[in-house]
Order: sequence, then structure tokens, then C-alpha cells
Amino acid sequence: MNNELLIKNGRVIDPANNIDKKCDVFVVDGKIADVGNIEKSATESTHRVIDATGKLVVPGLIDIHVHFREPGDEEEETIASGSSAAVAAGFTSVVCMPNTNPVVENETDVEYIHRKARQARKTHVYTMGAITKGLAGVELAEMGFMSEAGAVGFTDDGNGVQDPAVMLRALKYAGMFDVVIAQHCQDNRIAGNGVMNSGYYSTILGLPGIDPLAEEAMLWRDIQFLKKIPQDCIRYHAQHISTAGSVALIRNAKKDSLPITCEVTPHHLLLTEERCAEYDTNYKVNPPLRGATDVEALRQAISEGLIDALATDHAPHLQSEKELEFLTAPFGIASLECALALYIKALIEPGIIDWPELIRLMTQNPARIIGIDKGTLGKGKQADITIINPDLEYEIDVNTFRSKSRNCPYNGWNVKGKVEKTIVGGEIRFES
Amino acid sequence: MKVILDSKQIKQALKVLTDEIISDIPCNLDIAVIGIRSRGEILAQRLSGQLSRKLGKDVPCGTLDITLYRDDLNSPQSTAQPQVRTTEIGFDINEKIIILVDDVLYTGRSTRAAMDALIDLGRPRAIRLAVLIDRAGREFPIQADYAGYKTDAEPGNLVQVNLVESDGRDEVIID
Amino acid sequence: MALIRKSKQIKWHRKHLLGLRDLSPEEISYILDTAGGFEQISTRSVKKAPPLRGKVVVNLFFEDSTRTRNSFALAANRLSADIIEFTKKDSSVSKGETLLDTAKNLEAMGIDIVVIRHSAGGAAKFLSRNINASVINAGDGFCEHPTQGLLDVYTIRKIKGSLEGLKIAIVGDIAHSRVARSDMWAMTKLGAEVTFVGPPTLMPSQVHQLPVKVSYCLDEVIEEVDVINMLRIQFERLGGNPFPSIREYSHYFGLTVERMKRAKKNIMVMHPGPINRGLEIESEVADGNNSVILEQVTNGLAVRMAVLFLVNQAAAQQAVKI
Repeated sequence: MNNELLIKNGRVIDPANNIDKKCDVFVVDGKIADVGNIEKSATESTHRVIDATGKLVVPGLIDIHVHFREPGDEEEETIASGSSAAVAAGFTSVVCMPNTNPVVENETDVEYIHRKARQARKTHVYTMGAITKGLAGVELAEMGFMSEAGAVGFTDDGNGVQDPAVMLRALKYAGMFDVVIAQHCQDNRIAGNGVMNSGYYSTILGLPGIDPLAEEAMLWRDIQFLKKIPQDCIRYHAQHISTAGSVALIRNAKKDSLPITCEVTPHHLLLTEERCAEYDTNYKVNPPLRGATDVEALRQAISEGLIDALATDHAPHLQSEKELEFLTAPFGIASLECALALYIKALIEPGIIDWPELIRLMTQNPARIIGIDKGTLGKGKQADITIINPDLEYEIDVNTFRSKSRNCPYNGWNVKGKVEKTIVGGEIRFES
Repeated sequence: MKVILDSKQIKQALKVLTDEIISDIPCNLDIAVIGIRSRGEILAQRLSGQLSRKLGKDVPCGTLDITLYRDDLNSPQSTAQPQVRTTEIGFDINEKIIILVDDVLYTGRSTRAAMDALIDLGRPRAIRLAVLIDRAGREFPIQADYAGYKTDAEPGNLVQVNLVESDGRDEVIID
Repeated sequence: MALIRKSKQIKWHRKHLLGLRDLSPEEISYILDTAGGFEQISTRSVKKAPPLRGKVVVNLFFEDSTRTRNSFALAANRLSADIIEFTKKDSSVSKGETLLDTAKNLEAMGIDIVVIRHSAGGAAKFLSRNINASVINAGDGFCEHPTQGLLDVYTIRKIKGSLEGLKIAIVGDIAHSRVARSDMWAMTKLGAEVTFVGPPTLMPSQVHQLPVKVSYCLDEVIEEVDVINMLRIQFERLGGNPFPSIREYSHYFGLTVERMKRAKKNIMVMHPGPINRGLEIESEVADGNNSVILEQVTNGLAVRMAVLFLVNQAAAQQAVKI
């Protein structure tokens, strides 16, 4: 029968259920039926069997920060192409950012994204809604209606909410709906027109810099607000933190048991500002690549368990858009399709964390941050499963990407670890 | 303090008032009794009860609050606080003979206020004043049509009517 | 028939009515009892009584308001007072006379009672300190609107008998509502349990220091309350966009027919008016059997007559003492 799937002999890693052992996973009718040593040899012919010997069998990976550019910039990426890229990379759920054109700021916009995703039939696609109308940072957007339509959180990503009164109001208002408010921490007046990290390199390259304080000042401000607002349902998420200073702020905030979570991108774990020396715009990203001490602090934070999730901030751009002077090219790195390999390189290979912890950062934790019932191989849960070959070595080739865009600085990198199969709701939607 | 009327005497006085009213007013005319708050109200209820029994027909009874019509609101004569209460007259006063009832007729000012209050409610055929105690010391040209008892109490004295319903016993005292 | 209690004979000594915060529960009950005695002046054929004859009442309104102004004018009229209407749309000093100069000029013409509505909290108190006439606060900024608070509790008491133990919800822009504040004082002093309901962005800061409960969810509260008072949302006045849109506000905080189905059968629906039909309250609810909105207006007259009468009395008493 086609609706049964047996994955045998893999190393099953399910942090949500404290499982890390060699065993089998049995899927029936799109749901996890059993995890353990499953003897099905008598009826092996009636279902599909996947031999996962030597592979990792994990809950479908979740990326809570991607830009799929639809509606408005479909030439860069669409929900169809983006979710194809995602599923090839082992992601069964992604969360889109609302800074499309038009902005996702009411329930019909949310339903549009969901509909396009259903039509694409690749990954589950969720979306965050805007905090303010048009991302202008002035008027609150209809968070109530959007959350009823299924928005998993709110952010003005691309911008931070500049006006403290507006941010305070937004946190209070969102508290009625039990949703997460995610902030792209950047004080524009401090950041100015910077295009890379402010420091030695920005000076000698003659480029305006973005001071780490631009990120840290807003993060600090928001943390003060969290201390004062007496609501049970407030949840705050600091997106793509990039500096040692931000790590310190989050460390203290968590000590005070504030309702705060945070995420880190692959580039902030692997790349530093020196990479900009040749004015290669594939390294132009916001928040910018920082210094070695910042990268070190972030890795340390991950080993401490301080960082809650890994997220790519997949930001596709056309070649023509990126082929400009460093000063004027758009910010963004598109790394969805090599994300796993990059995390392995940054965290597994140097021994900073082990596989279960890496999987936790890509499954259980992100699911909890956005409040969806995923990231687990529990019985009865929807069968979103990723099968990984952790030892396969290969060279990253952007020309094999399913994404429409190629702005990826990792082209040619030798990496280890590749997704072999991605199963969404019991359906194999990607096979390498 | 001197008791000038005891319970039995009060009862007698009311009986006299009742008889006087009956003999005075032709029985084919509609009468109603209206008492001035607050003890006048109690006396009015007793009177209307007696009139109803003796006449064999229902003599309606109402209560009039005269606070809003007093002439001393804007030049208070004492620190006592006037309390506005409701006027409860459940019948039409037009064309009826209204027996206005009060406990003590003294300066006449209360009666003046009562008459002004009454005519804001309608046009009675006639108003007759019935009081339990008629006390000397008029300041206005007003007389009782029916009085239960006359007294010449000194101006400095207080003539107090106590009734069972409000004060526990029937008596009239001079203090 | 109005409900009259033999209230404890308290001494009414206030020649001003500036707010309800400083009034004792006995004083509030006394005003309500007095109002009962005034109700029928409005229903009998001669709609006048003489207690304020010869007295001059000034309606000093610096904010737009036809209904409160008319209510006071009619109340003064019914008590045989003379009324002067002084409405000034713009109370800013730069455009002309200060508040004080205006009032002193009027006083020089011989006035007895000033009924003032002003956009600055404390304006009534300021006036009472600087002129000899009695001052009645008809709404100062978002501080108090005492006669509205009084007529609200009068209406509740008339129908429910007593406020003791009643659960009352006040819904809307609490942060900027003087009605909510006056209601809070009056209702809690008479023994009711008050809950403020609205989005957190429309709650006053430190609301938890007030003697009320707070809820950000009307659906949680609607099943438990005996009385619900819907405040008008004034979009023209809201600075800083405390919520995204009218429709989202109505969706979460509007009194709809749907919500009424889950409410108690005999819930009392109130509104200080004027109502935004379809916004904070649906038409069928405003016009329905549980609504006492029109009774509030009627009771407002009796309450204002009582207030005018009482402050006048106190002023007369104090004048004699001098």
C-alpha cells in the first residue's frame, strides 16, 4: 500500500523525545505510527522501505527566517522556487518574512502565501505578518486578524521598529494574541548608510560602516521593555544576532528569565568582515559580517545553549542586482540550499556541538518559537522527516540550486553532509 | 416637656376631624386626602381610612413632598438640611376636593408651599386644610378649615407630634 | 415610581461638584436619593419647580457637546433658574481670554453656578478655587465626568436595586475616558466589582494600582457580568494609533449580537452616548431589550437637577454662616 513508509536502520535523532539511537521509523497515512525496532518483514512487500543504514533520520528541518520575494519580486524567487529549494535542502517547514511587495499586513495577504504554498506542494510555508503597516514603523498592522489567519509571528524584518513608543505599543498589543514578536535589531540613526561592519576593514576599504551598537542598542531597549510589560503572552525573538555584545545582552536577559529567544545565521558563524576586502557583493549582508571575536562569541553561545535556533535569512537577489558597486548593491545571502552543510562545518566539525544539539536547533526549538506542532517524530505527529547522509563530501555548486538566485558566497566550498530524502506529510518530496 | 395630647386624645381628635369633614362636604363630590411629608402623610393615611369607612366609598390618599417649594431654600433659617423626597399622588387631582393634611399648622409657610406644589400638579376643585394641631403664630394669612386641637404654645417652644408609625407612640408634646 | 431609601441623614456641605473620587459612599447615595425626588418633574404636565428661581446658571463649555449641555440647561430650566450658554470651541490661551478671565467676567455679571466642560484635567478645580460661584464639573480632560458617573449608578440602582456585589464591565478606551474614571469611583464606592476591558494599548499605565480588575479579552468577561458599559471610541481623538483598524477593534471588543448570546439573560447594556452604531456596539444590541441607553439620558436630567439643587443649598448655607 502506498500510504505506508518504513525507514529502517537509520540513526534516529529526535531531541523533542530524547531519542538518539539506531532504530526504525514507520509512517502510515502521513503520520508517524511508530519509532523503534519495527519488525515488518512479513509484509515488507506492501509498503515502501527506505534503507537508512549509515544515515541520520531526523524530524523535518525548520527554517524560521527566509525571504521568498512573492508577491512583488517574483523574478528573484517565488514561493514555488523557494520551497523547492527548501525541500531539497531538507527543510519541511519554512517561515517567510513579510517584507514583500505589497507587505503582508492583513489576513488576505497571509492566506495568499498559504495558498501559493499549497499549490507548490513542497514544504510547509508559514509566514510572519508585519508589525506596522507598510513596515513604516508608525501604525500597528492588524495583528489580530493575521494571527487568526495563521500568521506565526510578527516582524518588520528588513527594518527594526525605530520608534520606542510604537514598539512598546506593539508588544502590549501583541500580548493579547499569544504570538511571537521578532525584531530585526537595527537603530537606523546609528547604522546610518553603512554597508559593512564598522571597523578596521570598513576604514581601509573606504566604505561606511554599521556599528555593532546599532544592533545592540535596539536589543537592549527591547529587553528593557520586556522587563516592564506585565503580560503572560509576550514572546520576543531577536533575529540574526551577529555581535558579541548582543550575545552578552541575551545571556543576561535569559538569566532574568525574560521571554526572549534568538537565532543565528550560517554566515555569522563562518565568515568575517575580511571577506569584503575584494568588494565581492556576495558578502554584503545585513547584519553585516563581523569580526573574529564576534564569530567566536556566537559559537561559544551555541555551545552554551544560549542560542535557540539556526536560521538562514535566505535573501535571494538577481545577479544583475548584485553586480553593482559594493556601496549600492542590495544586502543578502541566499544559502538555503547549502545550509545544513554550512552548519556542519561551523559547529559539528570543530566539535562545538553534537548532532542531537544541532538537530534541536533546527527542529524542536524553531517549532517552539513560532508555536507550531512540528519538529518532532512523536507518535501521531505529521510525518515530516529528513534523511541525511552525514559523511558525503561534495563541492557546493550554485548551478545545481533550485532557487532562482545565485547570490551565494559558498560556491566551490568543500563540505560534508547532504540531505538524501525529504519527506513532507509522509510524501517523499525530495530524493537526491 | 409636657404632653398635651395622649394617644386616646389624638384618636378622638382624628374622629372629630373626620366627622367635621363629612358634614362639611356634600357627599356627591369627589374628595381625596393628601398628606404633607412626613407626619402629615401618616395622618392623611389614617384620615383617608376613616373617611373611606364612614362614607362607604374609597377616598384616595397621596403624599406631597414640599421641599422644592419651600421659601427658605436660598435663605436658610437653620443648619437643618432639607431632604428632597418623592411626591406620590396616584390619582388625578383635577376637579377633586383635596383635603390637605399636616400635623402642625404654625407659621403657615408649609401650607403655602404645599398649595404651590399642588397647583403645579393640576387644578383641584377646592383645597381644604386639615391639621391635628393649630398653633398660634401665623406669619402668612392662612387658616385651617379643620383643626383637631388648638394651642397657644410660646414661640420659643417646640410642639412635637409623635405617631406610632414613625416614632413608636401617639402623643403630642410641648418642649 | 422612583426608588427612595431613607438614607442616613448626612450633611451635604459641598458647594462644588468637581469629581466623585473624594465623595463618600454616603454622599453618593444621598445624591441618588435626592435625584429620585426630581424624576417626576419631567413627567408631570408642569415641568417646573421653583428652588432655583432667580439663580443664574452658566453653561461654560469649551468642548463640543450638545447632549450634556442640553441636559444641564434643561435641568436648570426645570428648577426655574436662568441659563447663560457660553460655548467656546477653542480654549487655547493664545486665541483670547484665559479661562479665569472668562469666568471672572461672567461672575461680575452676577452668576451663581458654573457648569464647566474643558479639555484640561483639573480645569473645574482650578475654577472653584478662583471664583465665588458654585462649580459643577461637566467633564475635564480625561479626569472626571461626575454627573455621568452618578447617572450611571442611578440607572443601575433603579433597575438592580443595589450595586453591592454586582459585576460591572467598562469597555473601551479607558486611558482617555473620564466616564470610566467617574464610573469606577462611583461603582466601587457603592460596592460593585468593576473590570476595565480593552486592548492593553488603551489601558492607562499602572492600571493595576486602581481598584478595578483588568481584562484584555471581552469574550472572557462577557459571561460573568451583570452590567456592561460600552464607551465610545473616538477616532478623531486617538493619537498614536493604539490599534490597527476599526474593524479589528470591533472584532475583539465590539458588543455584538453574538457576544450577547453568551451574556447573562438580564445583563444591563449601557453607553454614555453618542453611540457609533456597528463600531463599539451593534445596532440590534443598542436598540434591544437589555439596553438602558435611553433611560440613562432620562435619569441624567433628574441627577443633574439634584446636583444643581444640592450645590445651591450648600452655597446658601455657607453664605448665611458668613
